[in-house]
Amino acid sequence: MREFDYRRADDVSGAVALLDADPDARYLGGGTNLVDLMKNGVERPARLVDVRALPLDRIEPADGGGLRIGATVTNSDLAAHPGIRRNYPALTEAVLAGASGQLRNMATVGGNLLQRTRCGYFTDVTKPCNKRAPGSGCPAVEGEHRNHAVLGASDHCVAVHPSDMGVALTAFDAVVSYETADGPGELPLADFYLPVGDTPHRETALPPGALITHVTLPPAPVAARSRYRKVRERASYAFAIGSVAAALDVSGGVVREARLALGAVASRPWRAHAAERVLNGAPATAEYFAAAADAELAAARPLPDNGYKVTLMRNLVVAVLSELAEEAAR
Amino acid sequence: MTTATTGATTTGAVGTAHTRVEGRDKVTGAARYAGEIPFADLAHGWLVLSTVARGRILSVDTGPVLGMPGVLTVLHHGNAPRLDIDYIGMLGVPPDPTAAVFQNDRVPYAGWPVALVVAETSEQAREAAERLVVTYEQEPHDVALSGDRPDAYAADGHMPAVTEKGDLEAGFAACAHVVDAEYTTPEEHHGMMEPHAATALWDGGRLEVVDSNQGTTWVADELARMFSLDPSAVRVRSDHVGGGFGSKGVRVHQVSAVMAATELQRPVRVVLTRRQMFTLTGYRSPTVQRVRLGAGPDGRLRALEHRSLNQTSTVWEFVEPSAGVARSLYDADAHRTENKVVRLDVPSPAWMRAPGEAPGSFALECALDELAEKCGVDPVELRLRNDPERGPVSGLPFGSRNLAACFREGARRFGWAGRDPRPGVRRDGRWLLGTGTAAASFPASAMPSTAAVTAEPDGTFTVRISAADIGTGARTALTLVAADALRVPTDRVRVHIGDSDFGPAMIAGGSAGTRSWAWAVTAAAEELRERLVPGGTVPPEGLTVRSDTTAAIAALTQKERLSYGAQFAEVAVDVTTGEVRVRRMLGIFAAGRIVNPLTARGQLVGGMTWGISMALHEEAVRDRVSGGLYGADLAGYHVATHADVPTVEADWVDDPDPDDPVGIKGIGEVGIVGAAAAVANAVWHATGVRHRDLPIRPDRVLRAGGTGV
Repeated sequence: MREFDYRRADDVSGAVALLDADPDARYLGGGTNLVDLMKNGVERPARLVDVRALPLDRIEPADGGGLRIGATVTNSDLAAHPGIRRNYPALTEAVLAGASGQLRNMATVGGNLLQRTRCGYFTDVTKPCNKRAPGSGCPAVEGEHRNHAVLGASDHCVAVHPSDMGVALTAFDAVVSYETADGPGELPLADFYLPVGDTPHRETALPPGALITHVTLPPAPVAARSRYRKVRERASYAFAIGSVAAALDVSGGVVREARLALGAVASRPWRAHAAERVLNGAPATAEYFAAAADAELAAARPLPDNGYKVTLMRNLVVAVLSELAEEAAR
Repeated sequence: MTTATTGATTTGAVGTAHTRVEGRDKVTGAARYAGEIPFADLAHGWLVLSTVARGRILSVDTGPVLGMPGVLTVLHHGNAPRLDIDYIGMLGVPPDPTAAVFQNDRVPYAGWPVALVVAETSEQAREAAERLVVTYEQEPHDVALSGDRPDAYAADGHMPAVTEKGDLEAGFAACAHVVDAEYTTPEEHHGMMEPHAATALWDGGRLEVVDSNQGTTWVADELARMFSLDPSAVRVRSDHVGGGFGSKGVRVHQVSAVMAATELQRPVRVVLTRRQMFTLTGYRSPTVQRVRLGAGPDGRLRALEHRSLNQTSTVWEFVEPSAGVARSLYDADAHRTENKVVRLDVPSPAWMRAPGEAPGSFALECALDELAEKCGVDPVELRLRNDPERGPVSGLPFGSRNLAACFREGARRFGWAGRDPRPGVRRDGRWLLGTGTAAASFPASAMPSTAAVTAEPDGTFTVRISAADIGTGARTALTLVAADALRVPTDRVRVHIGDSDFGPAMIAGGSAGTRSWAWAVTAAAEELRERLVPGGTVPPEGLTVRSDTTAAIAALTQKERLSYGAQFAEVAVDVTTGEVRVRRMLGIFAAGRIVNPLTARGQLVGGMTWGISMALHEEAVRDRVSGGLYGADLAGYHVATHADVPTVEADWVDDPDPDDPVGIKGIGEVGIVGAAAAVANAVWHATGVRHRDLPIRPDRVLRAGGTGV
């Protein structure tokens, strides 16, 4: 393997300075994805700036309510946090549905949002991939794409974002805070991931050299009644082939507020706005839940071998919303 | 001089649970594996694999790489020593050119070894290997296996390609019930934990190879032939092995390490990466199988046809003889079986746990279940009605066939009685529930082996045999066998294995390792016990007796000898998400005398667990575009996790083999046989949908639908 420089940062400004917007440098969180990518040659950073020791490992009340999650909080600590469990249970469920206990002990919140797709063309340097090697092509469209995107993809890339956590954060309108050499900034998660278009290698709207410092969950009473369901090809330790984060506030049999995000269907966690529009104010029945799913999935453009995802997502949305509605009615 | 103290009491170690004799070494890390044994002046080799699926190597640009830090040499087809590959090895087959590397410029598949970069450190070798520029003349590849390939041909492998008796078409025409279905199984990989790793060095004119393999004399013999060395000039050791499952034979890692050690005249280690193992160490070929079963109104089989097709590489013929399982499980007046292969631009397949039987039993035992449905006969009863008296094809008597006892005991313990045969009628919340069963069988054989047992002056005994413990517990089993044969407690017996200098012996394979070795150990130990006069003395150098079982095994009467089992599974299926979960499995086996119940249970449960994995998860995906694999790592290649494996129970009925000195048959492979079929049959019982293609993935379940959609 290629030699690289390793630095441990003590404070945020120091970390940003160490990276110095060098395109060949990378921040190192838990390393649960980056180190794998370095091993198989997808990433060849000249420098790693280890941010694990930064004072970003707290979950605190946010100004104006909600929770402010430090970027180096581990998945395990996030899932176990009482405030998350009580007020945003789908987030805990999403985190616990991912990876393994060992990985969750290492993986960080910031790193989770920046993890790369597990598309088998992306992770294999002997094969073309527009995301890894821009302009080299995307073999997935003609080749293997059973677990590729049905929403928001382009001819240039049909890879899916692998995060579970991100799906719940997207449903809850999380906001990403970052630091750069030019000062701090914020990006709503809705604007954090860039459309695929013809630049699948450009994944986020973060400025060059930016370090994620926090993820803020705004107050969302609806999130207290939320759920995450993940379907995968084995019972544990596999990425989703479809997942749903949903929150539902039902009163008198009518949906007052719904939040819905879908996982493993697009290049980013997919907020189901079209479905939410159908749900809000609608009777909390399976019929309307299905109509909501259909409204969202009308935009689906499945490939020959991933059309099952449309059926799967429709069924999952109906099942999860029905469960939440039943619990609300009790 | 010490007094010999063999007494007349039987210790009864065989049949009593015993933890692994090397267990403490393994869990404390004291047990060293091939890739971590230190050597002075060790150099490291890193393999470069082809990126095209078919073509020729035009150039290997070694110049820039040879100038990189630490790089010592680059071996490739232009400079590597010529090997003799014109021989038939111990297993009756010529060497796979995937192992006999760097002999020409042809590239027969993606991931074929084209060069070995050797450097002072593993990291330097890897970096240089990744930078080595190899140019190819690429040719179009053909990697698509299908049941209607016109270029498929019947091939023997280790059994005749075709068997037939009776008039098949007339037989089917006369049947009240006929099942005719195609079943497919995907490319599956061994996926053992420990990667292939070998260190080769020359020591005093002898070639030493420290390796991880399934048979040291096997590997030593083939290396001697390939490199045209005197057999006595090659020593191969393999002390601890972290899994093999058929893949750890003669492979590129040993051969290329020997080449490099010879050129550099210093020790060279070659370790394969997980990704490399997916193309260099064999795999279970995908199969396309056609099964036709015809039965009378009572479900008794009158016509049976089982055809199988598998892929092999263009450079080596490997037959996955899936139709072979029908040759001994079921009889019919009209009976035909056929194994075919087609040569594609893919890596060479190889033996993988229960070759033939594992995929073959999936097709045949699912077809039996379909026949049970058509006949309205309970699946267990159907198998009892079709339990033959003699070998259906061989006509030979069975050694012992206790399959019916397995089904009766299994049905009792599983709670099969009173099962509602209707599919799709049991529900637990979102889950549809079902149960299924299948038969298991695997040949029981013994192969000639030699062993040496030494009475030491201190009253202990040392056994030396070039056996291999690939995780099976063989080392422990042989300790128990030797203790009983010597009539001493197990703590007075030391067993040394994994060294070709101990003499020829069976490999850990064919479910015949422990039986073959135990026979040789028993023979030597019993003779030694007779030689030790009670109260007599043992000389300072000890008293050694050697055995060779060649004659005894040749004298065995011809019989159809197999281990058997009955598999039962209960599954839950959510047809709205495609999720399938196994809730419980039970396997009851008739597999000879069980030497060590503790490790035997582990073997059988391990096989059944692999069956769950085979039914629901395992599948290597061949990329149409590149001809290589897609997602060739353990993130992309799914095996069952703990969460997929709930209650799995294995037990056995009394079934000692009367023709074996210890009563052993063999348990290594029978555990996986039929397991996937039992799960698939349970999925049908849950949903009413037949899944004839493995694995039963969520997308397939979703597409197929089922009750409740």
